Amino acid sequence: MKEILEGSHAIAESVRLCRPQVIPAYPITPQTHIVEALAEMVADCRLKAEYICVESEFSALSACIGASAAGSRTYSATTSQGLALMFEVCFNVAGMRLPIVMSIANRALSAPLSIWNDQQDSIALRDSGWIQLYAEDNQEALDLHILAYRICEDHEILLPAFVCFDGFILSHTYEPVEMPTQEEVDAYLPAFTPYQRLDTKDPISFGMYATPDYYMEFRYENQRALLRVKEALQKYGALFGEHFGRDYSALVEGYQLDDAEIAFVAMGSICGTTKDAIDEMRAEGRKVGLLKIRCFRPFPSDEIASALSHVKTVAVLDKNISLGSKGAIGLEIKDALYGSSIDVYDYIIGLGGRDIRKKDIKAIVDLAEKGSGDMFYGLREELL
Amino acid sequence: MRELRIHGRGGQGSVTAAELIAVAAFQGGIYAQAFPAFGVERRGAPVQAFVRFSDETIRLRSQVYEPDYIIVQDSTLIKDINVFAGMKPGGVAIINTEKPGKYKAPEGVRIIIIDATKIGLEEIGLPIANTALMGAFAAATGEIEFSALEDALRGRFEGKLADTNIRASQRAYEMVKGGSA
Repeated sequence: MKEILEGSHAIAESVRLCRPQVIPAYPITPQTHIVEALAEMVADCRLKAEYICVESEFSALSACIGASAAGSRTYSATTSQGLALMFEVCFNVAGMRLPIVMSIANRALSAPLSIWNDQQDSIALRDSGWIQLYAEDNQEALDLHILAYRICEDHEILLPAFVCFDGFILSHTYEPVEMPTQEEVDAYLPAFTPYQRLDTKDPISFGMYATPDYYMEFRYENQRALLRVKEALQKYGALFGEHFGRDYSALVEGYQLDDAEIAFVAMGSICGTTKDAIDEMRAEGRKVGLLKIRCFRPFPSDEIASALSHVKTVAVLDKNISLGSKGAIGLEIKDALYGSSIDVYDYIIGLGGRDIRKKDIKAIVDLAEKGSGDMFYGLREELL
Repeated sequence: MRELRIHGRGGQGSVTAAELIAVAAFQGGIYAQAFPAFGVERRGAPVQAFVRFSDETIRLRSQVYEPDYIIVQDSTLIKDINVFAGMKPGGVAIINTEKPGKYKAPEGVRIIIIDATKIGLEEIGLPIANTALMGAFAAATGEIEFSALEDALRGRFEGKLADTNIRASQRAYEMVKGGSA
């Protein structure tokens, strides 16, 4: 049934439907409404879970490690500085192959302090070994949590996932969503069966040290597992479609792309505004399209190269900057299209909550047509 | 697609008004989207909230720059902020004030003046204007049915607080419908 509610509350409901057993969490804007809602559900016995109030994000994710290693379905949520504080723990979770799902309400990083949206926080953790999924709207945000558990807990995968959605822009927006029922989610997502777990009767250790004779093989296995996620996402994304009527088997999704000469590549809520701008440009006869990236880790290079093979120009919209280099998506796209004759231009846009309008999307098409790119878009020159 | 921009000050319930208007519009069978202008919320600081209404799924995520409708919760904002910015002919501006002045609204914009704070004081016993302004919005624009607004208010507030807020809302609704606002 369709209902209208705030993005954060839609996500909290979706998490509840996934029946997490342990939720260690620390509130931080703009993620707070999610963990507040979950704490209330636990207090009201709508969710049978252990909710652990911790003193920091470092502790939140550390507690997740213990809970997940002991065999519990585990969940947390954070953003920005909170995720930065989890940096060390994030690498540990992936290395220990623990299928923890964590919501990221994407927000800029300090300094200067900003509570507003960009995607620098999760992008900064791109090398940590977590799956990274990005939602365009609140429906996709809530669906991806259910899908993420299904993928992560597959014994061929056993990896953690970030489910990313733009802070405030999605988390604080009321819009209609189709909320699945408990029966539907139970039919799609079986109970977590750990591959191995901490057990005092049969003691094992997680994350012990590996000497130079062993370390590289662990990293190689991590990489192989993360690459297997592509296939798992296709499989469980299609299964999601069978169960819920919304198919997520595609790692990337084209919009007006078939005959496009100029293609945007973008990730998250900016895809919606871009689609509206594309409709208006199409009405003017301009052959513009979009390739939306749903899965950033593992990065779907082959799928992207094939989806963009016919276009002349690619304009990448990056809500992040790898300082000293370029935007993170731009770098990946240039790698994916290496050797082709396609012009790829990167645009750093919407950092720290700078609003992105349809006219900005159109202006970027003009820039790309002129061959002007690899730049910050929309700077206020008078401040520089 | 039609767009509403609400101007208020932190603490006046602009975000709540946007949310409840969206809930009522959705109940009326259309697609609605409500969100705040994401600021650091401080009591008394100027804030904005937005609602979009459409028969189709709304994908646009930018703020509202060319509203069809505005609601001004606090008329003291008008001297500092161009609340009418981007308004189109045929638009509706609902202004809460006890001292109507001359407003520099663009041509073709219908201005509705209502002392919603007074209604709030009399019906709720508090200087709360936003529920009365929601009623005025329903009457002036037809985007939401009054019965849907009533349901939305009952969904948010309990018992007597719901009753008094609905009364404030209904009084403003009837004033606008009857042409006395």
